[in-house]
Amino acid sequence: MSPRDDEGRGGIRRGVLRRFRLPLRTDRQTNDDAHAELRAFLDERIAALVARGMSTADARQEAQRRLGYSFHEAALVLQHSARTRERRLTVREFLDDLRLDVRYALRTLRRDRAFTLFALLVSGLGIGACVTVFSIANRVLIRPLPFRDPGELAWIANSGSGGLSGETVQAFTLRDLRDGSRAFREIGGYVPFYDVDNTAYTAKDESARLTVIQVTQNFFPVLGVSPMLGRSFTPDEATGTGAPAVMVSYLTWQRRFAADSGIIGTSVILNEQPVTVVGVLPPTFDFGAVFAPGTRIDMFEPIPVDEQVNRYGNMFTMIGRLAPGATVAAASKEVEAIAKRIDEEDSRRNDFTPQVTTLKEHVSGRSRQALVILLVSVAVVMLIVCANLSNLLLARGSAREREVAVRVALGAGRGRLMRQMLTESMVLALGGALIGLLLAVIGTRAIAGMSAFDLPMLSQVSIDGTALAFTTALALLAGLAFGLAPALQLQSVAIQGALKTTGRGVAGDRRGGWIRSTLVVAEVALACVLLVAAGLLAQSFRNVLDVDLGFRPQRVAAIRVDPARERRQSAERFVSYINEVLERSRTMPGVEGVGLSDGLPLRGNRSWGAKKQGDADIPENWPNVFVRIVSEGYIGAMGMRLERGRDFVAADDPKSEKVIIINESLAKRLWPGTEALGQLLVTDTVRRVVGIVHDVRLLAVDQESGFEMYLPFRQTGDFGAVNLVVRSTLPPESLTEALRATLKPVIPNLPTKQFQTLETIVDHSVSPRRFTTMLSSGFALFAVVLALLGIYGVVSYTVNQRTQEIGVRMALGAKPGGLQLRIVRQTVALAAVGIAIGTLSAWGASQWLEGVLFGVRSTDPVTFAVVALLLTVVAVVSGYLPARRVSRIDPLDALRSAT
Amino acid sequence: MALLKGTLDVLVLKTLSWGPMHGYEITSWLEERSNGRLDFTDAALLQALHRLEERKLLAAEWGETANGRQARYYKLTSAGRAHLRAETAALLEQFGAVSAVLAIASAGG
Repeated sequence: MSPRDDEGRGGIRRGVLRRFRLPLRTDRQTNDDAHAELRAFLDERIAALVARGMSTADARQEAQRRLGYSFHEAALVLQHSARTRERRLTVREFLDDLRLDVRYALRTLRRDRAFTLFALLVSGLGIGACVTVFSIANRVLIRPLPFRDPGELAWIANSGSGGLSGETVQAFTLRDLRDGSRAFREIGGYVPFYDVDNTAYTAKDESARLTVIQVTQNFFPVLGVSPMLGRSFTPDEATGTGAPAVMVSYLTWQRRFAADSGIIGTSVILNEQPVTVVGVLPPTFDFGAVFAPGTRIDMFEPIPVDEQVNRYGNMFTMIGRLAPGATVAAASKEVEAIAKRIDEEDSRRNDFTPQVTTLKEHVSGRSRQALVILLVSVAVVMLIVCANLSNLLLARGSAREREVAVRVALGAGRGRLMRQMLTESMVLALGGALIGLLLAVIGTRAIAGMSAFDLPMLSQVSIDGTALAFTTALALLAGLAFGLAPALQLQSVAIQGALKTTGRGVAGDRRGGWIRSTLVVAEVALACVLLVAAGLLAQSFRNVLDVDLGFRPQRVAAIRVDPARERRQSAERFVSYINEVLERSRTMPGVEGVGLSDGLPLRGNRSWGAKKQGDADIPENWPNVFVRIVSEGYIGAMGMRLERGRDFVAADDPKSEKVIIINESLAKRLWPGTEALGQLLVTDTVRRVVGIVHDVRLLAVDQESGFEMYLPFRQTGDFGAVNLVVRSTLPPESLTEALRATLKPVIPNLPTKQFQTLETIVDHSVSPRRFTTMLSSGFALFAVVLALLGIYGVVSYTVNQRTQEIGVRMALGAKPGGLQLRIVRQTVALAAVGIAIGTLSAWGASQWLEGVLFGVRSTDPVTFAVVALLLTVVAVVSGYLPARRVSRIDPLDALRSAT
Repeated sequence: MALLKGTLDVLVLKTLSWGPMHGYEITSWLEERSNGRLDFTDAALLQALHRLEERKLLAAEWGETANGRQARYYKLTSAGRAHLRAETAALLEQFGAVSAVLAIASAGG
């Protein structure tokens, strides 16, 4: 075999063929070759003609005539056809080789079903996890928001305190910004103080509650969302001078209005008023997905930016579209300047401390860290998968030394052999990618359907072109990663010309052993990092679940019971309404407590200023306080703790003294060191503090809410909703039915579907954390299983390889128990190195988790110790199982097979 | 008369079924057998050879001619042999049909 033509030999048959193929490489050589062929042809022709008696000159002319072209032209034509030929042959040969390699790989893999199945499963799980997490990250972090020119959109927030009330601005502030800004082409807004199911919808045969959100007239134009049907709001509709109008979300249009395109211009009854439907939004626009994850918004109604709305206080969340060429930084400066001017010109205007970011940053910012953690975890999982498969292929490769040796003896070149081995791992990786893709499709569907998760854009996660490209790239990379070591190992076998020996312990094998050990150490180390991260996150999650919420959500359910319009109009009629609702539901069997509230914890919030009576009227004395309007019994029904004083009573009505209940934090803030009970507090009016409750987590489970106050329903009309809260021993379904029947005389049509348990609400609030914890624990578990299998594989391989040595030792009197112990000890030593490296890496990396941890330090020694212990146990188990086989080795058999 | 499309390829394959030859040998073999009645240029023949090699119906190798010149020798591959069999049958069938039609006495006599 000459070294010149050592490429491109797949088998014997092809080798013979190949010898008849001229080894041409470059275009230049091909050209010369075609030229020489033509030359030779003409020489022959002329020689033949001359031999027949023609003169040389005539013969030349005749040859030229027969050629059909001038010599020069013919040379060009032939060179072209020769080059085409070479190029196509090269491509074809490559494809032929590939086909042969793939067929060979498939045949080998078919022979070894258990291995193939395992490898496909492992790489499939790894790739599936990667693609799923990638798709989420791609949708949430990378892909632009589903609006026109989303890069121009900015979020203009008020960075004040007091929850939503501090983050929003007054109508006139919105107006002044909109009119005064040059950096922003347009500024719109919406009112985030909406409650879910805030609007009663009645049609001929049904009634339901819908979630309607108020937006400025220009809200949709600012986002660049055009209605799919109909139009956006007109200025008349927004100022209230035109007829009342709503726009309907795509989903609601489909579900509630049967996708009727004739809906435009018709009236629907909302809160007992006819309202005209002027537009239907496109399916690409999902308000909830962007601004209120996990919430379904049914309709949008316009809200004016006028004097009256300005008086309501902070109302608007602002979104601006930057003018061409304007940057967020420039806009931010300008907005600050305008804010300062407003402050100077209008002392009565609420504080506005602007903070401008891109809309994208605002939307994905909250979940960025969690997603990055998941991305890193999944990448680590993929590394472990690769290490594992690499190890398996290495072990298989050793078992295939003979086969390789035969192929080398039959003339397989090194490059060719390597290509073949890589093809095998690529086939495995691509097969795994198919499985992974299937898993990812299922995974993303499941995740997109999980409305319980409070993460933006989650509902729009799917496998798209980018994800497909990512999958392919990942599979090729993985195939290369786990196929490289085995391919190189085989190459070393090929160099040794292993046909002459099948003995153990040759240099190549020792090197293979070293690679295998390194891979196992790496697997253990990576699994260790994942376990520590998952452990810390799981502990944080448990701590969050153990948080003292200030109320007990178990067995509490809530439902909207907003009174009909006429009952709200007079205080007397409203009081009789709530009396009736409370009285009827309180006497139901199985009910332990009932109460009313205008809002539930963890669901929307608003705040008012409040000060101690007698304090000077300066901003420092007016902290922002979350306000809830509640009835008597609410505190008990919620399981809130009344520390001192009393609950409201039915007698706390418009005619009696105005009263208030505050939380401990507010009591300490306003009356430090003295008893707050019985003191007077100024908020909407002067109220006497009659009770002090323990703090409640109003904003988020893992966040202290600060100051709270509770006002009785009978002494204020300033509320947007009425929720009935019931604590009962009944399961939710029967409670719903019982309530519906009981309240029928007061509320003829209670839409029971919208009954919620408080546990669901708490669950929704902790769902992002649950999501991260769930996935990271899953990954860690997978990693541990892989590490276990990795160790098991290596140890059992070693035992197999050392059968003879073990046989000799046993023949010389070694006890199987002692040998087993040695093997387990070696395994644990290997794992210990991995654990040490993993612990150190985790120590370094976990600081980076600090931001998402809750109630546990990133260096929590218990977590680290438990992980190390767990991995040691895993090492012992996975080392002991194959080591047990030692006792079954018959020294005689072992020695006999050695000869 | 110009050759029907694809006929030259079959003729070349047929020629090479007698053994490896270089370009001029092929053309003189064809001239001899057909008494010079086949009409194709030498450039067309050489192009046909390149085309057939590209389709792996032929394989090529440089060799020495009887009078000591270097020439590119072509030989039939097994794919070429199969192709020759199939195309020969198809061509004969086609020629049979053509001559059957042309043998019918014209309407006008």
